[in-house]
Amino acid sequence: MVIYGVALLAGCMLVGLIIGDVLGQLLGIDANLGGVGIAMLLLIFVTGYLKDRGKLPETTESGINFWNAMYIPIVVAMAASQNVAAAFSGGMVAILAGVLAVALGLALVPVLTGKKVDDARPLDAPPSAPHAPSGR
Amino acid sequence: MNDSIVSLVDKYHLIAAFAVIGLTMYVAYWLSRHLTAGRLHGSAIAIIIGLVLAYVGGVSTGGSKGLADVTLFSGLGLMGGGMLRDLAIIATAYGVRFQEVKKAGLRGIIALFLGVLVSFVAGAVVAIGFGYTDPVDITTIAAGAVTYIVGPVTGATLGASSEVIALSIAAGLVKSILTMIATPMTARLIGLDNPRSAMIFGGMIGTTSGVAAGLAATDARLVPYGAMTATFYTGLGILLAPTVLFLAVRAVF
Repeated sequence: MVIYGVALLAGCMLVGLIIGDVLGQLLGIDANLGGVGIAMLLLIFVTGYLKDRGKLPETTESGINFWNAMYIPIVVAMAASQNVAAAFSGGMVAILAGVLAVALGLALVPVLTGKKVDDARPLDAPPSAPHAPSGR
Repeated sequence: MNDSIVSLVDKYHLIAAFAVIGLTMYVAYWLSRHLTAGRLHGSAIAIIIGLVLAYVGGVSTGGSKGLADVTLFSGLGLMGGGMLRDLAIIATAYGVRFQEVKKAGLRGIIALFLGVLVSFVAGAVVAIGFGYTDPVDITTIAAGAVTYIVGPVTGATLGASSEVIALSIAAGLVKSILTMIATPMTARLIGLDNPRSAMIFGGMIGTTSGVAAGLAATDARLVPYGAMTATFYTGLGILLAPTVLFLAVRAVF
């Protein structure tokens, strides 16, 4: 049933958020430390486990895939509810600080990525012959 | 007649948001195909339309939630809010293979620490350049350049003034919005086309909404990798900014 997929997704999210919350409390900060990231890893492991045992029928999958496909529309709704007006009314200090942070962050991505190796191949590239394909 | 339609749309706000966003996506993909011959991705155009509408909504209502402050569009706040956004982000992880996450894992962690540090230093340099000399003010503005959540949390912890806290939120918002727009434009230049660089990108930039939208506008397949590291960023920032980083700023000033 479709709801099994949605419930699986919701369960992973709740467990991840709880772990993130506990991590935050352990470190004494008032924030959720990586709960969403932990939930993503949980979903990868749990669905991988179920799939290997043939326990993930198509209808269950579609409950997860629906929310996967809703991602971009949700992001558009998020963009439409951002406080864009406040961002522009902060004056030059705010604008320059934001711009500099983004510019430096983007510029350092290729530095950290390093040379093109197998796992840094574009997703569109054909798999290199002897290795296992890393793209999807 | 008009009043009853308005109150109906207000009552079914989430359903109205689905319809509005669906229409926005249709217009955006039409523009992408016919005006830019597919060069600018439909989702990038949709996000830009969303940001423009948010600006109009914010200016006309004086609220803080963009177009969602307009009664007719209040459902956008729920649809694009943290709860459904995080659910959809987690759903994108379905189908990701753990091997790829593991291979880029260490670099992703390095990117996280470096990302918080670089953004903080960028914010601090700008604050100092504009004549701020109080370590609390400098730290709060610098924390805002990390994310718009780290800024106010740090400011509240250190006891910064409300003007400085507002400034730090604005700096974080500029970062987030600029990331949404600049990522698809610079993606080719910085090699953002594979899982590894996406994880590093998530760690370097970190602001979840910016990373989520920036990658969606670049290549939706990269979203889970970037989001995975980015979700640790704000927590790390809140951990470091009011403590180690504040002490470092105070040691200099």
